[in-house]
Amino acid sequence: MGFANQLVRCLPVWPVYLLGALPGPWLFYLGLTGGLGVEPIKALEHEYGELALQLLILTLAISPLRRLLGLNLLKFRRAIGLLCFFYVLCHLLVWLVLDVQILGQILTDIAKRPYITIGMGAFVLMLPLALTSNNLSVRKLGRTWSRLHRLTYAAAVLGAVHFVMLAKGFQIEPLIYLGLVLFLLALRVPYSRWLRLPSGTPVSGRS
Amino acid sequence: MARRWTNDLTPADATPEAVFWNRRRIMAGLAGSGLAAALGTQARAEAALPEEELAPNTWEEVTGYCNFYEFGTGKGDPSEYAERMTTEPWSVAIDGLVDNPGDYSFEQILSEMTLEERIYRFRCVEAWSMVVPWQGFELADLLTLAGVQEGAKYVAFETLYRPSEMPGTIYKVLDWPYREGLRLDEAMHPLTIMATGIFGKPLPNQNGAPLRLVVPWKYGFKSIKSVVRITLTDEEPPTSWNMANPREYGFYSNVNPEVSHPRWSQASERRIGGGLFARRQPTLMFNGYEAEVAALYEGMDLSEYF
Repeated sequence: MGFANQLVRCLPVWPVYLLGALPGPWLFYLGLTGGLGVEPIKALEHEYGELALQLLILTLAISPLRRLLGLNLLKFRRAIGLLCFFYVLCHLLVWLVLDVQILGQILTDIAKRPYITIGMGAFVLMLPLALTSNNLSVRKLGRTWSRLHRLTYAAAVLGAVHFVMLAKGFQIEPLIYLGLVLFLLALRVPYSRWLRLPSGTPVSGRS
Repeated sequence: MARRWTNDLTPADATPEAVFWNRRRIMAGLAGSGLAAALGTQARAEAALPEEELAPNTWEEVTGYCNFYEFGTGKGDPSEYAERMTTEPWSVAIDGLVDNPGDYSFEQILSEMTLEERIYRFRCVEAWSMVVPWQGFELADLLTLAGVQEGAKYVAFETLYRPSEMPGTIYKVLDWPYREGLRLDEAMHPLTIMATGIFGKPLPNQNGAPLRLVVPWKYGFKSIKSVVRITLTDEEPPTSWNMANPREYGFYSNVNPEVSHPRWSQASERRIGGGLFARRQPTLMFNGYEAEVAALYEGMDLSEYF
Protein backbone atom coordinates (compact mmCIF):
# COMPACT_ATOMS: atom_id res chain seq x y z
CA MET A 1 0.00 0.00 0.00
CA GLY A 2 2.96 2.27 0.58
CA PHE A 3 3.50 2.84 -3.10
CA ALA A 4 -0.19 3.53 -3.76
CA ASN A 5 -0.30 5.99 -0.91
CA GLN A 6 2.80 7.72 -2.22
CA LEU A 7 1.19 7.98 -5.63
CA VAL A 8 -1.98 9.43 -4.11
CA ARG A 9 0.12 11.98 -2.24
CA CYS A 10 1.62 13.19 -5.54
CA LEU A 11 -1.72 13.50 -7.32
CA PRO A 12 -3.48 16.86 -7.20
CA VAL A 13 -7.17 17.00 -6.36
CA TRP A 14 -8.39 19.33 -9.08
CA PRO A 15 -8.40 16.69 -11.86
CA VAL A 16 -10.85 14.68 -9.73
CA TYR A 17 -13.25 17.62 -9.77
CA LEU A 18 -12.76 18.13 -13.49
CA LEU A 19 -13.02 14.52 -14.63
CA GLY A 20 -15.75 13.76 -12.12
CA ALA A 21 -17.95 16.61 -13.32
CA LEU A 22 -17.52 15.88 -17.03
CA PRO A 23 -20.19 13.15 -17.27
CA GLY A 24 -22.75 15.79 -16.26
CA PRO A 25 -22.69 17.92 -19.41
CA TRP A 26 -21.71 14.91 -21.52
CA LEU A 27 -24.84 12.98 -20.55
CA PHE A 28 -26.93 16.08 -21.16
CA TYR A 29 -25.41 16.39 -24.62
CA LEU A 30 -26.16 12.72 -25.31
CA GLY A 31 -29.74 13.30 -24.21
CA LEU A 32 -30.05 16.23 -26.59
CA THR A 33 -28.66 14.35 -29.55
CA GLY A 34 -30.46 11.04 -29.19
CA GLY A 35 -27.62 9.16 -27.50
CA LEU A 36 -29.80 8.23 -24.54
CA GLY A 37 -32.58 6.63 -26.56
CA VAL A 38 -36.09 7.74 -27.38
CA GLU A 39 -37.00 8.82 -23.83
CA PRO A 40 -33.97 10.93 -22.85
CA ILE A 41 -35.61 12.62 -19.87
CA LYS A 42 -36.02 9.42 -17.88
CA ALA A 43 -32.66 8.12 -19.05
CA LEU A 44 -30.88 11.29 -17.94
CA GLU A 45 -32.68 11.32 -14.60
CA HIS A 46 -31.65 7.72 -14.04
CA GLU A 47 -28.02 8.24 -15.13
CA TYR A 48 -27.52 11.21 -12.80
CA GLY A 49 -29.20 9.42 -9.92
CA GLU A 50 -27.11 6.33 -10.36
CA LEU A 51 -23.88 8.33 -10.59
CA ALA A 52 -24.78 10.14 -7.39
CA LEU A 53 -25.37 6.85 -5.61
CA GLN A 54 -22.09 5.40 -6.88
CA LEU A 55 -20.16 8.44 -5.66
CA LEU A 56 -21.94 8.30 -2.32
CA ILE A 57 -20.84 4.70 -1.93
CA LEU A 58 -17.31 5.71 -2.84
CA THR A 59 -17.22 8.37 -0.10
CA LEU A 60 -18.43 5.78 2.38
CA ALA A 61 -15.72 3.38 1.23
CA ILE A 62 -12.83 5.76 1.84
CA SER A 63 -12.48 5.41 5.56
CA PRO A 64 -12.87 1.59 5.67
CA LEU A 65 -10.32 1.36 2.84
CA ARG A 66 -7.87 3.27 4.95
CA ARG A 67 -8.59 1.41 8.13
CA LEU A 68 -8.77 -2.10 6.74
CA LEU A 69 -6.41 -1.96 3.76
CA GLY A 70 -4.27 0.98 4.62
CA LEU A 71 -5.12 2.78 1.41
CA ASN A 72 -5.42 6.47 2.14
CA LEU A 73 -7.71 8.31 -0.27
CA LEU A 74 -8.84 10.80 2.32
CA LYS A 75 -7.61 13.77 0.31
CA PHE A 76 -10.16 12.99 -2.41
CA ARG A 77 -13.14 12.51 -0.13
CA ARG A 78 -14.39 16.08 -0.20
CA ALA A 79 -14.15 16.18 -4.00
CA ILE A 80 -16.07 12.91 -4.33
CA GLY A 81 -18.67 14.07 -1.84
CA LEU A 82 -19.19 17.37 -3.64
CA LEU A 83 -19.40 15.60 -7.00
CA CYS A 84 -22.01 13.33 -5.51
CA PHE A 85 -24.01 16.38 -4.46
CA PHE A 86 -23.57 17.84 -7.95
CA TYR A 87 -25.20 14.75 -9.49
CA VAL A 88 -27.95 14.68 -6.89
CA LEU A 89 -28.67 18.29 -7.86
CA CYS A 90 -28.65 17.40 -11.58
CA HIS A 91 -30.95 14.45 -10.87
CA LEU A 92 -33.34 16.66 -8.93
CA LEU A 93 -33.29 19.40 -11.58
CA VAL A 94 -34.05 16.96 -14.39
CA TRP A 95 -36.96 15.66 -12.37
CA LEU A 96 -38.27 19.15 -11.54
CA VAL A 97 -37.72 20.93 -14.82
CA LEU A 98 -37.79 18.30 -17.54
CA ASP A 99 -39.78 15.45 -16.05
CA VAL A 100 -42.67 16.61 -13.87
CA GLN A 101 -42.70 20.26 -14.98
CA ILE A 102 -45.92 21.12 -13.17
CA LEU A 103 -45.43 22.77 -9.77
CA GLY A 104 -48.67 21.45 -8.27
CA GLN A 105 -47.76 17.94 -9.29
CA ILE A 106 -44.23 18.31 -7.93
CA LEU A 107 -45.57 19.20 -4.49
CA THR A 108 -48.13 16.41 -4.60
CA ASP A 109 -45.45 13.95 -5.62
CA ILE A 110 -43.16 14.96 -2.77
CA ALA A 111 -45.96 14.70 -0.23
CA LYS A 112 -47.74 11.62 -1.53
CA ARG A 113 -45.22 9.33 -3.15
CA PRO A 114 -43.03 7.75 -0.48
CA TYR A 115 -40.04 7.11 -2.73
CA ILE A 116 -39.99 10.76 -3.74
CA THR A 117 -40.44 11.92 -0.15
CA ILE A 118 -37.47 9.77 0.80
CA GLY A 119 -35.39 11.01 -2.14
CA MET A 120 -36.13 14.61 -1.16
CA GLY A 121 -35.19 13.73 2.41
CA ALA A 122 -31.81 12.54 1.24
CA PHE A 123 -31.32 15.75 -0.73
CA VAL A 124 -32.22 17.93 2.25
CA LEU A 125 -29.77 16.02 4.45
CA MET A 126 -27.03 16.55 1.90
CA LEU A 127 -27.52 20.31 1.65
CA PRO A 128 -25.72 21.24 4.89
CA LEU A 129 -23.00 18.74 4.04
CA ALA A 130 -22.31 20.37 0.69
CA LEU A 131 -22.44 23.85 2.21
CA THR A 132 -19.91 22.99 4.90
CA SER A 133 -17.50 21.15 2.62
CA ASN A 134 -14.87 23.88 2.78
CA ASN A 135 -11.88 24.58 4.98
CA LEU A 136 -13.46 27.55 6.68
CA SER A 137 -16.44 25.49 7.86
CA VAL A 138 -14.18 22.69 9.05
CA ARG A 139 -12.21 25.18 11.14
CA LYS A 140 -15.22 27.03 12.46
CA LEU A 141 -17.31 23.99 13.33
CA GLY A 142 -14.55 21.96 14.90
CA ARG A 143 -15.90 18.72 16.36
CA THR A 144 -19.43 19.63 15.32
CA TRP A 145 -18.27 19.31 11.73
CA SER A 146 -17.50 15.61 11.95
CA ARG A 147 -20.69 14.98 13.85
CA LEU A 148 -22.67 16.92 11.23
CA HIS A 149 -21.08 14.96 8.44
CA ARG A 150 -22.35 11.69 9.84
CA LEU A 151 -25.58 12.77 8.13
CA THR A 152 -23.94 11.16 5.11
CA TYR A 153 -24.87 7.78 6.58
CA ALA A 154 -28.55 8.67 6.72
CA ALA A 155 -28.45 10.27 3.27
CA ALA A 156 -26.85 7.16 1.81
CA VAL A 157 -29.46 4.85 3.31
CA LEU A 158 -32.28 7.11 2.12
CA GLY A 159 -30.76 7.38 -1.35
CA ALA A 160 -30.45 3.62 -1.71
CA VAL A 161 -33.94 3.01 -0.33
CA HIS A 162 -35.25 5.61 -2.80
CA PHE A 163 -33.79 3.50 -5.63
CA VAL A 164 -35.16 0.24 -4.25
CA MET A 165 -38.64 1.73 -3.91
CA LEU A 166 -38.85 3.15 -7.39
CA ALA A 167 -38.01 -0.17 -9.05
CA LYS A 168 -41.02 -2.04 -10.33
CA GLY A 169 -41.20 -5.64 -9.20
CA PHE A 170 -38.35 -7.41 -7.42
CA GLN A 171 -35.18 -6.05 -9.04
CA ILE A 172 -31.61 -6.94 -8.15
CA GLU A 173 -29.63 -3.81 -9.07
CA PRO A 174 -31.07 -1.41 -6.48
CA LEU A 175 -30.75 -4.11 -3.81
CA ILE A 176 -27.04 -4.41 -4.60
CA TYR A 177 -26.64 -0.67 -3.96
CA LEU A 178 -28.56 -0.89 -0.71
CA GLY A 179 -26.49 -3.90 0.31
CA LEU A 180 -23.25 -2.03 -0.37
CA VAL A 181 -24.39 0.98 1.64
CA LEU A 182 -25.42 -1.17 4.57
CA PHE A 183 -22.17 -3.14 4.39
CA LEU A 184 -20.06 0.03 4.42
CA LEU A 185 -22.04 1.37 7.34
CA ALA A 186 -21.75 -1.91 9.22
CA LEU A 187 -17.97 -1.61 8.96
CA ARG A 188 -18.24 1.53 11.06
CA VAL A 189 -19.76 -0.24 14.00
CA PRO A 190 -16.90 -0.45 16.49
CA TYR A 191 -15.07 -3.72 15.91
CA SER A 192 -15.37 -5.12 19.37
CA ARG A 193 -19.12 -5.28 19.08
CA TRP A 194 -19.21 -7.82 16.31
CA LEU A 195 -15.71 -8.97 15.48
CA ARG A 196 -13.44 -10.48 18.05
CA LEU A 197 -10.20 -8.73 17.28
CA PRO A 198 -7.09 -8.63 19.42
CA SER A 199 -7.57 -6.05 22.09
CA GLY A 200 -5.64 -2.93 21.49
CA THR A 201 -6.63 -2.72 17.82
CA PRO A 202 -7.12 0.98 17.33
CA VAL A 203 -10.69 1.94 16.61
CA SER A 204 -10.69 4.86 14.28
CA GLY A 205 -12.32 7.87 15.83
CA ARG A 206 -12.84 9.46 12.47
CA SER A 207 -14.95 7.90 9.85
CA MET B 1 -72.34 -7.68 -24.54
CA ALA B 2 -70.83 -4.95 -26.63
CA ARG B 3 -71.97 -4.39 -30.16
CA ARG B 4 -70.12 -6.11 -33.00
CA TRP B 5 -67.73 -3.87 -34.84
CA THR B 6 -68.23 -4.27 -38.55
CA ASN B 7 -65.37 -3.34 -40.74
CA ASP B 8 -66.65 -2.60 -44.24
CA LEU B 9 -63.23 -1.90 -45.69
CA THR B 10 -61.25 -4.48 -47.66
CA PRO B 11 -57.52 -4.56 -48.35
CA ALA B 12 -58.36 -2.88 -51.67
CA ASP B 13 -59.40 0.21 -49.74
CA ALA B 14 -56.14 0.41 -47.83
CA THR B 15 -53.92 3.35 -48.56
CA PRO B 16 -50.51 2.39 -49.96
CA GLU B 17 -47.90 2.65 -47.21
CA ALA B 18 -45.99 5.58 -48.69
CA VAL B 19 -49.15 7.60 -49.21
CA PHE B 20 -50.32 6.68 -45.73
CA TRP B 21 -47.20 8.06 -44.10
CA ASN B 22 -47.12 11.08 -46.34
CA ARG B 23 -50.67 12.00 -45.53
CA ARG B 24 -50.00 11.57 -41.85
CA ARG B 25 -47.11 13.94 -42.07
CA ILE B 26 -49.19 16.50 -43.94
CA MET B 27 -52.10 16.10 -41.56
CA ALA B 28 -49.87 16.52 -38.55
CA GLY B 29 -48.54 19.69 -40.09
CA LEU B 30 -52.01 21.03 -40.69
CA ALA B 31 -53.34 20.19 -37.27
CA GLY B 32 -54.92 23.12 -35.54
CA SER B 33 -54.79 25.28 -38.62
CA GLY B 34 -58.33 24.41 -39.62
CA LEU B 35 -57.10 23.39 -43.02
CA ALA B 36 -57.41 19.73 -42.13
CA ALA B 37 -61.17 20.01 -42.47
CA ALA B 38 -60.74 21.06 -46.08
CA LEU B 39 -59.31 17.65 -46.81
CA GLY B 40 -62.80 16.29 -46.38
CA THR B 41 -63.29 12.57 -46.16
CA GLN B 42 -59.77 11.78 -45.11
CA ALA B 43 -60.05 14.07 -42.16
CA ARG B 44 -63.50 12.91 -41.19
CA ALA B 45 -62.48 9.34 -40.49
CA GLU B 46 -59.99 10.56 -37.95
CA ALA B 47 -61.96 13.46 -36.57
CA ALA B 48 -62.56 11.73 -33.25
CA LEU B 49 -59.01 12.41 -32.13
CA PRO B 50 -56.81 15.45 -32.56
CA GLU B 51 -54.62 14.69 -35.52
CA GLU B 52 -51.25 15.22 -33.87
CA GLU B 53 -52.10 12.62 -31.26
CA LEU B 54 -52.99 10.08 -33.89
CA ALA B 55 -49.75 10.33 -35.78
CA PRO B 56 -48.02 7.08 -34.88
CA ASN B 57 -44.69 6.98 -33.14
CA THR B 58 -41.74 5.82 -35.17
CA TRP B 59 -40.69 2.21 -35.67
CA GLU B 60 -37.58 2.92 -33.61
CA GLU B 61 -39.63 4.26 -30.70
CA VAL B 62 -42.21 1.49 -30.71
CA THR B 63 -39.70 -1.33 -31.00
CA GLY B 64 -36.86 0.18 -28.98
CA TYR B 65 -38.63 1.34 -25.83
CA CYS B 66 -40.41 -1.63 -24.34
CA ASN B 67 -41.27 -3.32 -21.10
CA PHE B 68 -40.95 -7.09 -21.41
CA TYR B 69 -39.42 -8.13 -18.10
CA GLU B 70 -38.80 -11.69 -19.27
CA PHE B 71 -35.90 -10.14 -21.18
CA GLY B 72 -34.77 -7.67 -18.52
CA THR B 73 -36.13 -4.64 -16.72
CA GLY B 74 -34.34 -1.99 -18.80
CA LYS B 75 -36.31 -0.37 -21.59
CA GLY B 76 -33.70 -1.44 -24.13
CA ASP B 77 -33.32 -5.01 -22.85
CA PRO B 78 -36.24 -6.48 -24.82
CA SER B 79 -34.99 -5.17 -28.15
CA GLU B 80 -31.54 -6.47 -27.28
CA TYR B 81 -32.41 -9.95 -26.06
CA ALA B 82 -35.86 -10.89 -27.36
CA GLU B 83 -34.39 -12.15 -30.62
CA ARG B 84 -33.55 -15.37 -28.78
CA MET B 85 -37.21 -16.23 -28.39
CA THR B 86 -38.36 -18.91 -30.83
CA THR B 87 -41.76 -17.97 -32.21
CA GLU B 88 -42.10 -20.71 -34.79
CA PRO B 89 -43.87 -23.00 -34.32
CA TRP B 90 -46.33 -21.24 -32.00
CA SER B 91 -49.60 -22.37 -30.63
CA VAL B 92 -52.09 -21.01 -28.18
CA ALA B 93 -53.87 -23.31 -25.78
CA ILE B 94 -57.47 -22.25 -25.42
CA ASP B 95 -59.15 -24.00 -22.53
CA GLY B 96 -61.55 -23.69 -19.65
CA LEU B 97 -65.19 -22.92 -20.30
CA VAL B 98 -65.09 -23.26 -24.08
CA ASP B 99 -66.79 -25.62 -26.51
CA ASN B 100 -63.69 -26.28 -28.57
CA PRO B 101 -60.69 -26.45 -26.25
CA GLY B 102 -57.30 -27.31 -27.67
CA ASP B 103 -54.03 -26.07 -29.05
CA TYR B 104 -54.58 -23.60 -31.84
CA SER B 105 -51.58 -23.13 -34.07
CA PHE B 106 -50.70 -19.57 -35.00
CA GLU B 107 -51.23 -20.35 -38.70
CA GLN B 108 -54.61 -21.88 -38.00
CA ILE B 109 -55.68 -18.79 -36.05
CA LEU B 110 -54.46 -16.46 -38.80
CA SER B 111 -56.33 -18.41 -41.45
CA GLU B 112 -59.60 -17.99 -39.59
CA MET B 113 -59.28 -14.31 -38.67
CA THR B 114 -59.59 -11.09 -40.64
CA LEU B 115 -56.67 -8.77 -40.02
CA GLU B 116 -57.20 -5.03 -39.89
CA GLU B 117 -55.24 -1.97 -38.89
CA ARG B 118 -56.01 -0.22 -35.60
CA ILE B 119 -54.16 2.93 -34.64
CA TYR B 120 -54.41 3.14 -30.86
CA ARG B 121 -53.00 5.24 -28.12
CA PHE B 122 -50.84 3.18 -25.79
CA ARG B 123 -50.45 4.39 -22.22
CA CYS B 124 -47.98 2.87 -19.77
CA VAL B 125 -48.61 2.99 -16.03
CA GLU B 126 -45.18 4.66 -15.80
CA ALA B 127 -46.87 7.72 -17.32
CA TRP B 128 -45.44 7.58 -20.82
CA SER B 129 -47.43 7.01 -23.98
CA MET B 130 -47.16 6.21 -27.65
CA VAL B 131 -49.42 5.85 -30.64
CA VAL B 132 -49.06 2.47 -32.32
CA PRO B 133 -50.42 1.29 -35.67
CA TRP B 134 -51.34 -2.33 -34.90
CA GLN B 135 -52.51 -5.05 -37.18
CA GLY B 136 -54.64 -7.72 -35.65
CA PHE B 137 -58.09 -9.14 -35.20
CA GLU B 138 -60.77 -8.76 -32.58
CA LEU B 139 -60.32 -11.05 -29.62
CA ALA B 140 -64.09 -11.60 -29.77
CA ASP B 141 -63.65 -13.44 -33.06
CA LEU B 142 -61.13 -15.84 -31.58
CA LEU B 143 -63.27 -16.44 -28.51
CA THR B 144 -66.28 -17.08 -30.71
CA LEU B 145 -64.23 -19.57 -32.68
CA ALA B 146 -63.43 -21.40 -29.43
CA GLY B 147 -67.07 -21.23 -28.37
CA VAL B 148 -67.51 -19.40 -25.07
CA GLN B 149 -69.72 -21.38 -22.70
CA GLU B 150 -72.58 -20.01 -20.69
CA GLY B 151 -70.90 -19.75 -17.28
CA ALA B 152 -67.72 -17.99 -18.44
CA LYS B 153 -67.20 -14.55 -16.89
CA TYR B 154 -63.48 -13.90 -17.26
CA VAL B 155 -60.65 -14.53 -19.68
CA ALA B 156 -57.18 -15.37 -18.36
CA PHE B 157 -54.01 -15.05 -20.43
CA GLU B 158 -50.49 -16.38 -20.04
CA THR B 159 -47.19 -15.33 -21.62
CA LEU B 160 -44.59 -17.82 -22.79
CA TYR B 161 -42.21 -18.81 -19.98
CA ARG B 162 -39.03 -20.32 -21.41
CA PRO B 163 -36.03 -19.50 -19.21
CA SER B 164 -33.51 -20.79 -21.76
CA GLU B 165 -34.56 -18.02 -24.13
CA MET B 166 -35.58 -15.38 -21.59
CA PRO B 167 -32.59 -14.09 -19.61
CA GLY B 168 -34.73 -11.81 -17.43
CA THR B 169 -36.51 -14.75 -15.85
CA ILE B 170 -33.45 -15.79 -13.79
CA TYR B 171 -34.67 -13.11 -11.39
CA LYS B 172 -38.00 -13.40 -9.69
CA VAL B 173 -38.94 -9.88 -10.74
CA LEU B 174 -42.45 -11.27 -11.07
CA ASP B 175 -43.99 -14.65 -10.45
CA TRP B 176 -43.48 -16.17 -13.91
CA PRO B 177 -45.20 -16.93 -16.18
CA TYR B 178 -46.66 -13.49 -16.70
CA ARG B 179 -50.44 -13.56 -16.30
CA GLU B 180 -53.19 -11.17 -17.21
CA GLY B 181 -56.94 -11.20 -17.32
CA LEU B 182 -60.05 -9.42 -18.49
CA ARG B 183 -63.70 -9.58 -17.67
CA LEU B 184 -65.55 -11.33 -20.51
CA ASP B 185 -67.34 -8.17 -21.65
CA GLU B 186 -64.02 -6.31 -21.79
CA ALA B 187 -62.52 -9.17 -23.78
CA MET B 188 -65.45 -9.20 -26.20
CA HIS B 189 -65.35 -5.43 -26.68
CA PRO B 190 -64.69 -4.45 -30.30
CA LEU B 191 -61.70 -2.30 -29.29
CA THR B 192 -59.95 -5.32 -27.76
CA ILE B 193 -57.71 -6.94 -30.32
CA MET B 194 -55.09 -9.63 -30.61
CA ALA B 195 -52.25 -7.98 -32.49
CA THR B 196 -50.02 -9.82 -34.91
CA GLY B 197 -48.18 -6.89 -36.42
CA ILE B 198 -47.17 -3.24 -36.31
CA PHE B 199 -46.54 -0.86 -39.19
CA GLY B 200 -47.75 -3.55 -41.58
CA LYS B 201 -44.98 -5.93 -40.52
CA PRO B 202 -45.09 -8.99 -38.24
CA LEU B 203 -44.67 -8.12 -34.56
CA PRO B 204 -41.03 -7.95 -33.50
CA ASN B 205 -40.31 -10.27 -30.58
CA GLN B 206 -39.86 -7.40 -28.13
CA ASN B 207 -43.38 -6.22 -28.93
CA GLY B 208 -44.87 -9.61 -28.08
CA ALA B 209 -44.49 -11.80 -31.15
CA PRO B 210 -46.24 -13.55 -32.61
CA LEU B 211 -49.51 -12.73 -30.91
CA ARG B 212 -50.38 -10.30 -28.15
CA LEU B 213 -53.36 -8.69 -26.56
CA VAL B 214 -54.05 -4.96 -27.00
CA VAL B 215 -56.58 -3.27 -24.71
CA PRO B 216 -56.17 0.41 -25.53
CA TRP B 217 -58.13 1.88 -22.61
CA LYS B 218 -56.05 0.08 -19.97
CA TYR B 219 -52.47 0.55 -18.82
CA GLY B 220 -49.99 -1.18 -21.09
CA PHE B 221 -49.18 -4.06 -18.77
CA LYS B 222 -52.70 -5.41 -19.28
CA SER B 223 -51.87 -5.90 -22.96
CA ILE B 224 -50.06 -9.18 -22.37
CA LYS B 225 -47.40 -10.25 -24.85
CA SER B 226 -46.48 -13.51 -26.60
CA VAL B 227 -49.64 -15.26 -25.49
CA VAL B 228 -49.53 -19.06 -25.13
CA ARG B 229 -52.70 -19.72 -23.15
CA ILE B 230 -56.20 -18.30 -23.02
CA THR B 231 -58.50 -19.69 -20.36
CA LEU B 232 -62.18 -18.92 -19.93
CA THR B 233 -63.21 -19.03 -16.28
CA ASP B 234 -66.03 -18.11 -13.99
CA GLU B 235 -63.71 -16.48 -11.44
CA GLU B 236 -61.52 -13.39 -11.62
CA PRO B 237 -58.11 -14.79 -12.57
CA PRO B 238 -54.92 -13.83 -10.72
CA THR B 239 -52.81 -11.32 -12.66
CA SER B 240 -49.06 -10.84 -12.32
CA TRP B 241 -48.82 -7.20 -11.29
CA ASN B 242 -51.78 -7.50 -8.98
CA MET B 243 -50.13 -10.52 -7.34
CA ALA B 244 -46.84 -8.66 -6.99
CA ASN B 245 -48.30 -5.48 -5.53
CA PRO B 246 -52.08 -5.34 -5.14
CA ARG B 247 -51.95 -1.88 -3.58
CA GLU B 248 -50.52 -0.41 -6.77
CA TYR B 249 -51.92 -2.56 -9.54
CA GLY B 250 -55.58 -3.42 -9.59
CA PHE B 251 -57.27 -6.06 -11.71
CA TYR B 252 -58.93 -3.47 -13.93
CA SER B 253 -56.09 -0.97 -14.39
CA ASN B 254 -58.12 1.32 -16.58
CA VAL B 255 -56.31 4.49 -17.57
CA ASN B 256 -57.77 7.01 -15.18
CA PRO B 257 -56.23 10.44 -14.54
CA GLU B 258 -58.21 10.74 -11.31
CA VAL B 259 -57.02 7.57 -9.65
CA SER B 260 -53.55 8.25 -8.34
CA HIS B 261 -50.89 5.59 -8.35
CA PRO B 262 -48.53 5.37 -5.39
CA ARG B 263 -45.56 5.88 -7.68
CA TRP B 264 -46.63 7.83 -10.72
CA SER B 265 -49.20 10.57 -10.90
CA GLN B 266 -51.57 9.49 -13.63
CA ALA B 267 -52.91 12.98 -14.29
CA SER B 268 -50.48 13.63 -17.09
CA GLU B 269 -48.18 11.73 -19.37
CA ARG B 270 -45.31 12.22 -21.76
CA ARG B 271 -45.47 11.07 -25.32
CA ILE B 272 -42.34 9.13 -26.25
CA GLY B 273 -40.25 10.76 -28.95
CA GLY B 274 -40.50 14.41 -27.95
CA GLY B 275 -36.86 14.66 -26.95
CA LEU B 276 -35.35 16.28 -23.89
CA PHE B 277 -37.81 19.18 -23.73
CA ALA B 278 -41.05 17.34 -24.40
CA ARG B 279 -44.07 18.80 -22.62
CA ARG B 280 -46.37 16.61 -20.60
CA GLN B 281 -49.92 16.30 -21.78
CA PRO B 282 -53.03 15.63 -19.74
CA THR B 283 -54.10 12.01 -19.55
CA LEU B 284 -57.53 11.26 -20.92
CA MET B 285 -60.11 9.17 -19.11
CA PHE B 286 -59.94 5.58 -20.39
CA ASN B 287 -57.00 6.78 -22.48
CA GLY B 288 -59.37 8.70 -24.75
CA TYR B 289 -61.75 5.79 -25.36
CA GLU B 290 -64.33 6.91 -22.83
CA ALA B 291 -67.19 7.11 -25.34
CA GLU B 292 -66.55 3.51 -26.36
CA VAL B 293 -65.95 1.81 -23.01
CA ALA B 294 -67.40 3.86 -20.14
CA ALA B 295 -70.62 1.83 -20.30
CA LEU B 296 -68.69 -1.28 -19.27
CA TYR B 297 -68.11 0.22 -15.84
CA GLU B 298 -71.45 1.84 -15.16
CA GLY B 299 -72.24 1.82 -11.48
CA MET B 300 -68.71 0.78 -10.48
CA ASP B 301 -66.59 2.89 -8.19
CA LEU B 302 -63.41 3.08 -10.25
CA SER B 303 -61.31 4.20 -7.32
CA GLU B 304 -62.24 0.96 -5.59
CA TYR B 305 -62.09 -1.22 -8.69
CA PHE B 306 -58.96 0.44 -10.02
